[in-house]
Order: sequence, then C-alpha cells, then structure tokens
Amino acid sequence: MHKPSLQSILIGLIPFVAMCFTVFLWDQVHPFVLGLPFNIFWIILWILITPIIMSLAYKSERNRIDAQDSAQKGGA
Amino acid sequence: MDSSTIALSVIFGIVVVSSIVGMYAGGRYKMDLEQWTVAGRGFGLILVWLLMAGEIYTTFAFLGASGWAYSRGGPTLYIMAYLTLAYVFSFYFLPQIWEVGKKFGMQTQSDFFHTRYGSKNLAAVASLIGVVFIIPYLQLQLTGLGIIVEVSSFGGISRVTAMLVAFGLVAAFVFISGVRAVAWISVIKDFLMLFAAFFIGIGLPYMYFGGIGEMFTALVNAKPTHITMPGATKAMGHSWYISTVLLTSFGFYMWPHLFSASFTAKNNNTLRRNAVIMPLYTITMPLIFFVGFTAILVVPGLANGDMALLTIVRQSYSPWFLGVIGAAGALTAMVPAAILILAAATLFAKNFWRPMFAPGMTDDQVARLAKALVIVITLIALYFAIYSATTLVNLLLLGYAGVTQFLPGVLFGLYWKRVTKPGVFTGLVTGIAVVAYLVLTKQDPFYGINAGFFALCVNFVVTVALSLMTKAEANPFENGQAA
Repeated sequence: MHKPSLQSILIGLIPFVAMCFTVFLWDQVHPFVLGLPFNIFWIILWILITPIIMSLAYKSERNRIDAQDSAQKGGA
Repeated sequence: MDSSTIALSVIFGIVVVSSIVGMYAGGRYKMDLEQWTVAGRGFGLILVWLLMAGEIYTTFAFLGASGWAYSRGGPTLYIMAYLTLAYVFSFYFLPQIWEVGKKFGMQTQSDFFHTRYGSKNLAAVASLIGVVFIIPYLQLQLTGLGIIVEVSSFGGISRVTAMLVAFGLVAAFVFISGVRAVAWISVIKDFLMLFAAFFIGIGLPYMYFGGIGEMFTALVNAKPTHITMPGATKAMGHSWYISTVLLTSFGFYMWPHLFSASFTAKNNNTLRRNAVIMPLYTITMPLIFFVGFTAILVVPGLANGDMALLTIVRQSYSPWFLGVIGAAGALTAMVPAAILILAAATLFAKNFWRPMFAPGMTDDQVARLAKALVIVITLIALYFAIYSATTLVNLLLLGYAGVTQFLPGVLFGLYWKRVTKPGVFTGLVTGIAVVAYLVLTKQDPFYGINAGFFALCVNFVVTVALSLMTKAEANPFENGQAA
C-alpha cells in the first residue's frame, strides 16, 4: 500500500486552513468583491484555487509512487 | 391544460425518459453480485466522477442548501467548504482503500472492517450502524421529492401521495438495474442540475434586482447580519462552523455508499485524479445559494425554507420551466436515493444477515435477499418521511454525526498498526452512544460545537486508549494475507 507523503499532506492542509480554521478572519460582509459579500467571495475563490493546489499534491504523489514501483520492479 | 398539469407532465416525462436510458445502459450486463454492486470494478475516471457526483449532489444540495440560505443565512456557507474539503481529504485515504479493496475483494465498507480487524461481529455492527444512518439520508430524498411534486402541482397533489408514487419508481429502478444504470442516469441528472443552477442562480437575481451584486446589496441593507455567522440562528457561530466542516468533510466518504463507490474505480490513480477535479463541481453550489438569498426578499415569510427555491421559480417562470427545474430536482432525489437503497440493502444482506444468521448462503441468494430488502428499506424511510418533520439539512447532519464515527476504525486501520479490534469496537459504540444522547436530549450544538464532532473526538480518544491497553494484533494489510 502506498502511504501519502508528508509533503503531500502539508499541501492538502492549505485549503483546510483557508476555508475552515481561519473563518473568524474572513466571515464578514465588507468589502464587497466582484459584487459578492467578502465571505462568499472568499469561499468561491478557494473552490477555484483548491484543484490547482491539489494538482501539486497529485504530481508530488505520482512521481514518488512511480519511483517506488520502478524500484520494486528493478529489485524483483 | 392548466399550470399544474403542464409542470407535472414535464417532470414525469423527463424522469421516465431518464429511467429508460439508465435501464438500457445497465441492462446489457449479466447481474451477479459483483456486477450489481461494484460494476465489476470497471469504471474509468468519467464514470466514477459521474457516479460520485450523482451521489453527492442530492436534493439536499438543491432544495436543502437554498432552504438554509433562505432561513439561516451565514451558517449555510459550511456546505461549500465541506464539499470542497471532503475531496481534499479523500486524496489521502481513498486510493489506499481501493488498493486493499482490490487485494482482498471488498465490496462494502463492512468488508473493510471484517478484513482489517478479523471480526465478523465488528463488521456486522458497522453494517447495522451504516444502514441505520442511511435512513435519515434516504428520508431526506423522499421529503425533497414530496416538496417538488407538492409545489409543482400548485398544492393539488398531497406530499404523501407524491412520495408514494416517486419511490415506487425508484425501488423498481434499483430492483431491475443496479449500479451501472445509476451511473448513466447521473449523466442526465448532472446536465439538468448544471443547467438549472446556472439559469436560475444568475437569472433570478437579474430578474428582481438587476444583478447578483445588486441583490446582495439589497439583502445586506435589509438584513445586515443574515449573511455572516451565526446568521438567523442563535448557536451556529464560528466554532460550530469549524467543527461542522471538519465533521462533514472527514465523514463524507464514511457514508457506506460513497466508501463502496470507490471500489468501482479501475485503479487508484482514477481516485487521486478524481479528488483533484471534484472540487470544481462544487461551483454550482454558490448559484443555488444565490437563489435562496434572492428568495428572502422576493418570497419572504415561508414557514418551510426548503420550499423557497421552487416557490420563487413557480412565481417567476412559466409552468413548463417549473417542470424542468422540478425534474432536475426529482432526479437529484431519485438517483442518490437509488444508490442509498442499493448500499443499505447490500450491507444488510451481505454483512449482517449472512454472517450472523445464514452462513451457508450463496452469493446469488445474497443478491436475491438484497433485492427483497430494497422494498423493506424504502418503506421504512417512507414511514419516517411521512411521520416526522425536520429540515433537509438537519437530516443530513444527523446522518453525518452517525457515519463519521467510522473514521477512527478506517484511518487507524490503514495507517496505525497498533490499533486493535477492542479499541475500534468500543470507540465506535461510544461515539454512536454520545451522538444518540446529545441529539435525543436536544443538546446539538453542544457548547457551540457540533455534537457529532464532539462524539468523534471522544471516539478517537477511546479508540487510542483502548488499543494501547489491549494486546497488539496482526495487521493483514501489512503481510498481505486475507483474514
């Protein structure tokens, strides 16, 4: 079984910090951005950013797994 | 034709055509147990994506989210956050679940518990808990369907009658075709849902206020505190938000049906890629919220917020369009309902009944029992839908409080070799007991924190403590031998 690496876990923490733990910093109406109250703008922004961040985690995992698998094959 | 006939005909027509397409697509395969439940593990990225979207964007997202935006305001934001973060979290354990699932031939969540902890009793208890907490989720879909037909018939058809008819259809659908048909019908549902969300999410604010920004300005002027937390509630502030987002994003894939949906993937890389792109699907949610917020000023004073979306659509568009939106809503109830019934029936037959009472049953007999249970489970949910009244979001949160208690057993099962069967068993039962106590004595939120999350913390502590106090056990995932 391929366990996730520490690096990929740290990447995944970023959206959690932005969308969950910091709620008291961004849960406010003003300023309006693009016609949206700030808290709603912030959440939508992070819905869009999260796939980009997770594609970094994906690349990091993919490279590591490929390296592991080819090392295993080479050894056998 | 009068308005209600037009709206109902459109809904009925779309639902029937979708069902036929689904059954045709599903009918070309021979339905053994593996095919009926996990489609022979042959789904690629697109189908897994559609299947999971089909299970995720339920009538809860459609009517419940707009309903809470309407009646509660700010706290509803938790929905956008948790859906996004659930996929992020899934990246770190779902591919691993698939790996062990493939290796040991798992079909259900209870199979995971059975294999990892070598205990049919633990697996049986887990399957029973899964089935019990699927019921409120199923009840949610039924209630949503009832609301759709009630509003679309302009009050002419009672909610109870509507629920009876719709669920007859769903049960028949599941009975005949299994998981493959459900994935295909999801295609139609998703297109309709996307279309509906964009059309009314942007159209309604423009129709009444001249734009989305104008709508929010008017709303903030009229109700300055509605959009921030705790909104129109007393106890749903920031600590409730954080604890609820954590509970629901961690708990998302603990739903037995979503857990087992990961087994339908061709390989674990499909699941990783899925976790990366799925958050984008959440982008329809803000549009649904806009409808709920618009409705506050346009159709104020509704006793039941869950009716807000359809009520404002009925008031703003012609009846045939109400029918299209109603059909989108009906499919968002029926597709997930089909999947929930399928999961509950399989769990009960395969992981509770056979190991506990009839160990000699063949797979074919289990499949037959599961099909019979489709009717029983549907009737139980129907009973609750008719005889209890609560908001759609509250039903979902109750389900989450229950199923998330599986998390310690799953995560430790994968990543902590020192975890033991008594630890997981006691933690799970304690967590469920805490949830039951706090919910039944109406102490949710508990000191400003989501009761399910509090129970989850207790569960984790108990699991770790008891595991360390009991003797270490062999971990079948490490040495590769089936239990």
